[in-house]
Amino acid sequence: MSKLLQVQNLSIEYASPRGVVKAVDNVSFSIGKGEIFGLAGESGCGKSTTAFGICRLLRPPARLAGGSVVLDGIELTELPDEQFDKLRWSKMSIVLQSAMNNLNPVLKIRSQLMDAIVAHEPDAGKEAAKRAEQLMRLVDLPADRLDSYPHELSGGMRQRVVIAMAMAMKPSLVIMDEPTTALDVVVQNGIIRKILELQEQFGFSILFITHDLPLMLEMCDRIGIMYAGRLVEIASRQEMKSGPRHPYTQGLLHSFPPLYGPKRRLEGIPGHPPDLIRPPGGCRFHPRCARAMTQCSSREPAVLADERGQVACHLYNEEGLSVEQASAARE
Amino acid sequence: MSKPLLHVNELGKVFGSRSMFRKNEFRAVHDVSFRLEQGEVLAIVGESGSGKSTIARMLTNLIPATSGDIMYGGQSLRRDKRLGRKLPTFVQMIFQDPFAALNPHHTIGYIVGRPLLVQRQWKGDTRPKVLELLQKVGLTPAEDFIDKYPYQLSGGQKQRVMIAKVLGLAPKVIVADEPTSMLDVSIGVDIMNLLLDLKSQEQLALILITHNLGSAKYMADRIMVMYAGQMVEYGPAEQVIGEPLHPYTKLLIYSSPDPWRDASLTMEIIDPQGMEIPKTGCAFHHRCPHAGDACRTKSVAVTKLGGERQVRCHLYT
Repeated sequence: MSKLLQVQNLSIEYASPRGVVKAVDNVSFSIGKGEIFGLAGESGCGKSTTAFGICRLLRPPARLAGGSVVLDGIELTELPDEQFDKLRWSKMSIVLQSAMNNLNPVLKIRSQLMDAIVAHEPDAGKEAAKRAEQLMRLVDLPADRLDSYPHELSGGMRQRVVIAMAMAMKPSLVIMDEPTTALDVVVQNGIIRKILELQEQFGFSILFITHDLPLMLEMCDRIGIMYAGRLVEIASRQEMKSGPRHPYTQGLLHSFPPLYGPKRRLEGIPGHPPDLIRPPGGCRFHPRCARAMTQCSSREPAVLADERGQVACHLYNEEGLSVEQASAARE
Repeated sequence: MSKPLLHVNELGKVFGSRSMFRKNEFRAVHDVSFRLEQGEVLAIVGESGSGKSTIARMLTNLIPATSGDIMYGGQSLRRDKRLGRKLPTFVQMIFQDPFAALNPHHTIGYIVGRPLLVQRQWKGDTRPKVLELLQKVGLTPAEDFIDKYPYQLSGGQKQRVMIAKVLGLAPKVIVADEPTSMLDVSIGVDIMNLLLDLKSQEQLALILITHNLGSAKYMADRIMVMYAGQMVEYGPAEQVIGEPLHPYTKLLIYSSPDPWRDASLTMEIIDPQGMEIPKTGCAFHHRCPHAGDACRTKSVAVTKLGGERQVRCHLYT
């Protein structure tokens, strides 16, 4: 699969009175054309900051501290603003968490949808109006809703409008930051099915961000797990389902009560996420890790990449075997 | 038969204002009945606006019911005026948002100790009792926490403080309204486990309000599914999740993300497209793939089936 987006050693910092918060630390991943890539983790792990860094929506005190973002051969981090603005909507768009805060309450849906189109094609004119109607149909909303104000629509309908807007210029990458988190499960399911349908139809890539790992396992092709600003594991959906390798991913997966199967006690993950101003040395997960060894607190684990994906954990040596397996293999 | 710990009978709540010219009413809860025994966990599930939090607030007497009755150990909340005053020692509530539920001006020690003094369960210095309570909810060493302010604690720790505060009055029933939805999942599991442990240790009954079927199944012995203010299904948790009866329950289960389910399972879904809940017939008929003429015209009563199961649907009448 050819690469559409390549993120290399992305680092983002927040300045705070107590010191520098390393919200995103050396994160690298890539997304193929037409691929749905998920980024999961708990609050404060840097998943949304990563998305904001990619589409240059960071505002002070956040600042890009290093790394590169290449979209379809274009280096985004060094692009002058006016050139980057041309890429917004047309090459990539973003769908944010709560649609209620993304739509302007005093403008009708019609003018908000047309705004994005006209900004890129000033001559669109009448055609823009037609396109707005098509976009509404695309997300299964009746065209007469174009004359509604956002408050006249339900939460799910508003989220559909925001998704329609993101589709307006047929971008090749759509970033979705918790697009369904504030919605009821039945509404969420409808929107997810719609997103997958549109993705199939237009073939764009998706960077899907959520804390809801089961949802991610249902819809993403590959999944990256972040913890305390670092990407600790990347694996395909199948690999994640059959058994993730990083102890944090394992703990996270066992924190979601399953719907089926016999009732058994879930253990969760002891402790709480670290202070990112003074993160623990070595592997940032070691204070909460049941399998921590001596080197975990002193050395940062190298990223091991193999056919199963990649993982940053001392339990796995270069061959991708667990320490027990490796010592057994040596004997 | 002995009196159940909690008996809710045809409970209803209508919000609204009436003036000379206009009547503006919203039926939030309608005809909800159930019982709760000591040591039992009941999960009330449903989407936002289904009335589940309204039930929680009526159970704890934060708002009065407009019809029906709530009985604690045989005493009626409506008729027995004395029950209202001592109700806090009988039922306590844990709120969804621990960040908003704790007064930022007071120390943890004050917050946890205060109900003991107000309800005259304790005389003099509450400190030893508060330390014991903090220990019980896993905030150890308790000495480190008692003089802190809420802002110095994480979300999970704040929720533990809420639980400690609630335990102080040794209630028989705890109503937990989405106790983990504001917390990270790994922390939420700890809170669910703590509640389950306390339930066994203290012989509590627990009512869990949630929109998450997974946590309902994890915590509860019985599940009650709410839709549009009505109870549509009730039964043992395993059965409600494993063999749902009501089309709405089926839809909820089908919609909940679960990567391990049988992917070949499909379901006909009718998108309501912002349609309002119908006023005649079954409240779910506009979204129900099985809806017939009776569903559109006749309202449905609860049908009691074998094995404690109940369902409000014309398919089973």
